[in-house]
Amino acid sequence: MSFSVTEASGRTKWIAGILVVGYALITIAPLVWIIATGFKSGPDSIAYPPKVVFEPSLEGYVNLFTDRTRATEDMLEEAGPPETWYDQIARDQGTIITGPSRYGERFLNSVIIGFGSTALCMLLGTAAAYAFSRFRVPLKDDLMFFILSTRMMPPIAVAIPIFLMFRQLGLNDTHLGMILLYTAVNLSLSVWLLKGFIDEIPVEYEEAALIDGYTRFQAFYKVVLPQAATGIASTAIFCLIFAWNEYAFAVLLTSGTAQTAPPFIPTIIGTSGKDWPAVAAGATLFLVPVMVFTILLRKHLLRGITFGAVRK
Amino acid sequence: MAEVCLTGITKRFGKDVALDDVTMTIPDGSFVVLLGPTGAGKTTTLRMVSGLDAPDQGRITIGGHNMVGLTPAQRDVAMVFQQYSLYPHMTVRQNLEFPLKSPILRTPQADIDRKVAEIAEILQISSKLDNKATALSGGEMQRVSIGRALVRNPSVYLMDEPLSSLDAKLRADLRLELKSIQADSGATLLYVTHDQIEAMTMATHVGVLDKGRLVQFGSPREIYENPVSIYAASRLGQPRINVLPADIFGGAPSGAASIGLRPEQIVQGEGEESLVQRVEHLGDQTRLHLTCKSHDIITVTDAHTELKPGDIVRIRPRNPFYFDATGARLA
Repeated sequence: MSFSVTEASGRTKWIAGILVVGYALITIAPLVWIIATGFKSGPDSIAYPPKVVFEPSLEGYVNLFTDRTRATEDMLEEAGPPETWYDQIARDQGTIITGPSRYGERFLNSVIIGFGSTALCMLLGTAAAYAFSRFRVPLKDDLMFFILSTRMMPPIAVAIPIFLMFRQLGLNDTHLGMILLYTAVNLSLSVWLLKGFIDEIPVEYEEAALIDGYTRFQAFYKVVLPQAATGIASTAIFCLIFAWNEYAFAVLLTSGTAQTAPPFIPTIIGTSGKDWPAVAAGATLFLVPVMVFTILLRKHLLRGITFGAVRK
Repeated sequence: MAEVCLTGITKRFGKDVALDDVTMTIPDGSFVVLLGPTGAGKTTTLRMVSGLDAPDQGRITIGGHNMVGLTPAQRDVAMVFQQYSLYPHMTVRQNLEFPLKSPILRTPQADIDRKVAEIAEILQISSKLDNKATALSGGEMQRVSIGRALVRNPSVYLMDEPLSSLDAKLRADLRLELKSIQADSGATLLYVTHDQIEAMTMATHVGVLDKGRLVQFGSPREIYENPVSIYAASRLGQPRINVLPADIFGGAPSGAASIGLRPEQIVQGEGEESLVQRVEHLGDQTRLHLTCKSHDIITVTDAHTELKPGDIVRIRPRNPFYFDATGARLA
């Protein structure tokens, strides 16, 4: 049998495969559990021993999106027969729907704040990274260190000053406030990551574009940006994940108007104690946007093959 | 097309002086080749004219207009980069179209198509137009990079060793092609090379640079036949000029430290005795490696010579160059 340095032998491949699959199963288990709980009925969700096989139910999702009240016989009679499938599910639990829940709004807040801060962060981060990479900026190294140093302590360490500042500025519980805050926290990461990516793009391309009759901004836009797509995509995913999942500041600084989904989901309470299927349904839906965003940008993440048309 | 004037151009990078008081006039429609070893300031000169770098001192005019403070786009120059610099996210066609689509030119699509097809034909890359720029060989990239300059009609073309990574045949083809494009269009062309054949065959003028100084500027013939120094003399000529102590043959003028002999300045069959060390048959000519009074000399002889190592050849100089101790030409 021939020996190859780069190609693993059959047995090694098997062992590697088993290890990878085993690790994947372990890491994916909590996720599967959350998704499954979202489709359980209330009693099933807290059954002991836990039910692995269960009758699927949309109870969690209906409860997530509605406010309900426990119904008496009179109320049920007054309301007449259930009009829709979700009415039916509510009735089956002995409740009637009184209106939509706040989850939709909170979810929309998360979308606005998460994507808004990511977009702002990319705009400012790319511009700053380009300037640091290409121009003679006075005190460049010190500034870069300063930018990095803003990440040296956990953001929540400055929670109280930020709380006071926000109150003074009227930014408490506003979308703008949360967008600015998440942008400020993420900007250091995005400047550093993007500067690395832009440094890798040879300056000769821009020089060629300048000679070809384009301005510096057009050269940036037409030549640098497309080549920095990989870096911008991966940095954007990092920024979105942070802003999307952030909990501590959201609890502290938002209560109503601008409250995002993370502080809202744990507060979902059914008519009798914690409504675990609704909480799990809320968490499951909450995972979707980041996943979709990552999948959409996957093309750019994998396309790191733009190098090679400049002779080194 | 335009005349380019450099006046007193000085450029420093930190402590290194890249260009030292360079003054040169590139006449309208001329093909000027800059010669010199790495670090002599050839590429820096191109970058000064292009506007990618600004000189510390001195001024540059193109077509009589002062270029100080103007961007490369405003100067209307086209440049072929030594590193190709093709846009990697574009196809060959998009690369060639890019300058024509610039906000300054805004060429109609029909003209773009015609121009690109024409240039691709000349550069023998028609079949590669829809390839990604990164999917080309080095020689193909270099041709696309030349093409990106040739699609335009700028005031000046600047070319930084544009033929360096082509094979010998293609290089010879493109030498002729570039020369005829330049001659037909009357374009002004500033060209950097190491290759003296390119300099001799294409240039109307040659500028010899040494450590950032322009040491001689003139026609290739002039520099070959009338070099101002040992340095300028050794830029042109294959095999290289032989530089020997001045007194080796006698008859040197006073102050002469060395004598310069090109092969055609060495008469064989009379004069001092020299020993044949090696005979190189190159086909159309034969090179003789001689030792005369313990100095090595390389010269050219009849292609079908009977000489062999160990033979004795008598040589004497004919109209040689004499240089003083600093290397400057005396006579």
